[in-house]
Amino acid sequence: MFDAFLQVIRQDLLAASRHKSAVLNPIWFFVIVVTLFPLGLGTEPALLSRIAPGIIWVAALLAALLSFERLFKDDFIDGSLEQMMLSPYPLAWLVCAKIFGHWLLTGLPVLLVSPLLAVFLSLKMDAFYALFLTLLIGTPILSLLGAIGVALTVGLRKGGILLSLIMLPFSIPILIFSTMAIEAASFGQSYLGFIALLLAMLVGAITLAPFAIAAALRVSVS
Amino acid sequence: MLECRNLTCVREQRVLFKQLNFVLCAGEILYLEGPNGVGKTSLLRLLTGLSSAYSGDVYWQQEKIVEQRESYYQTLLYLGHKSGVKPELTALENLQYFQRLYSTQANADLFEALLMVGLVGYEYVPAAQLSAGQQRRIALARMYITDCKLWILDEPFTSLDRQAVKALEKRLVEHAEKGGLVVLTTHHELSMPESAYKRLILSAPTEEELYV
Repeated sequence: MFDAFLQVIRQDLLAASRHKSAVLNPIWFFVIVVTLFPLGLGTEPALLSRIAPGIIWVAALLAALLSFERLFKDDFIDGSLEQMMLSPYPLAWLVCAKIFGHWLLTGLPVLLVSPLLAVFLSLKMDAFYALFLTLLIGTPILSLLGAIGVALTVGLRKGGILLSLIMLPFSIPILIFSTMAIEAASFGQSYLGFIALLLAMLVGAITLAPFAIAAALRVSVS
Repeated sequence: MLECRNLTCVREQRVLFKQLNFVLCAGEILYLEGPNGVGKTSLLRLLTGLSSAYSGDVYWQQEKIVEQRESYYQTLLYLGHKSGVKPELTALENLQYFQRLYSTQANADLFEALLMVGLVGYEYVPAAQLSAGQQRRIALARMYITDCKLWILDEPFTSLDRQAVKALEKRLVEHAEKGGLVVLTTHHELSMPESAYKRLILSAPTEEELYV
């Protein structure tokens, strides 16, 4: 069973390694959106470090949205999605593998470039730690929540806008708690409470979302 | 044993077929026939459990398939219109993926399977660079490594050349002789003897049967 999990991830990573632009585009988008703000608002460090958490998180959200197109759409088109539903392993389990693979390709790069962006926006070290933690916990939640929306819209021809309408409202709590945690950190206060709340959301998403996604996929494909 | 009881299929409020009953036992091939749009693919998807019927149920070994999905799928090989072959991956990688994710013979040799479908020399070529027929063959190679009993094939002969069609028919007969079950639709005339398969002809419903 674990072998099937790894196999699904392996297949996704292999396919992505031959289709580099689709993987790199969201991350480029993320970096460029963030760098536009200092250009538009001026380079005053006090201002930038104040708005940095919001900018980085909103950009991460939009980049995630951009990357969701790839999650189930290609599989739906070439028929491997219906094949995945006919495998002897539980669909929710394979869906977990899919999302983990997707996070490795989209969430992880965001984490990796975040130090660079923190420097761009002259974020303080404490605030950066908080930013990194919230991204580490928050991006998997985004992937899981977004996948529900993708699963619901995968059969539609132009599901992109509908997807953002479904998904963005649900990501508001993550945005609020993450930016509050970073703000608290930049004032030198404890932000563990916000992190705990985010972790609770992550646990909830991991345990419930795969079943919702599996059910939504069954509806979309039938 | 695969069984349909009182299966009714409705699409866009039009009845495709009503109260369909049939039983398929081990060693039998069922050849579904009928004009376009009569519901052949819909019936096959109902048999796989991918879509659900308006009424009626599909049974495998006397149990409803929706209540035993995971064990049913251990015995099911389905090839749909869309082949499920990833264009970015090579023929061999695609087959490896199928081998890991679906039940296969323990000693299955992937190169042997690719040889059987005539893809020697294309093992390491990404599927996107192969022709439609060759991509189809990658999916068909699964039939040489699988140990599933029930094969459901939707137009398996599409874009294959004559020789490949013949080889495929031979494989189907072999599978049936070993006690396997096959359900297939095709617009090709089967060249195997009439006695080797059962025929189910779907016809369009009459005017008064058309609406529910």
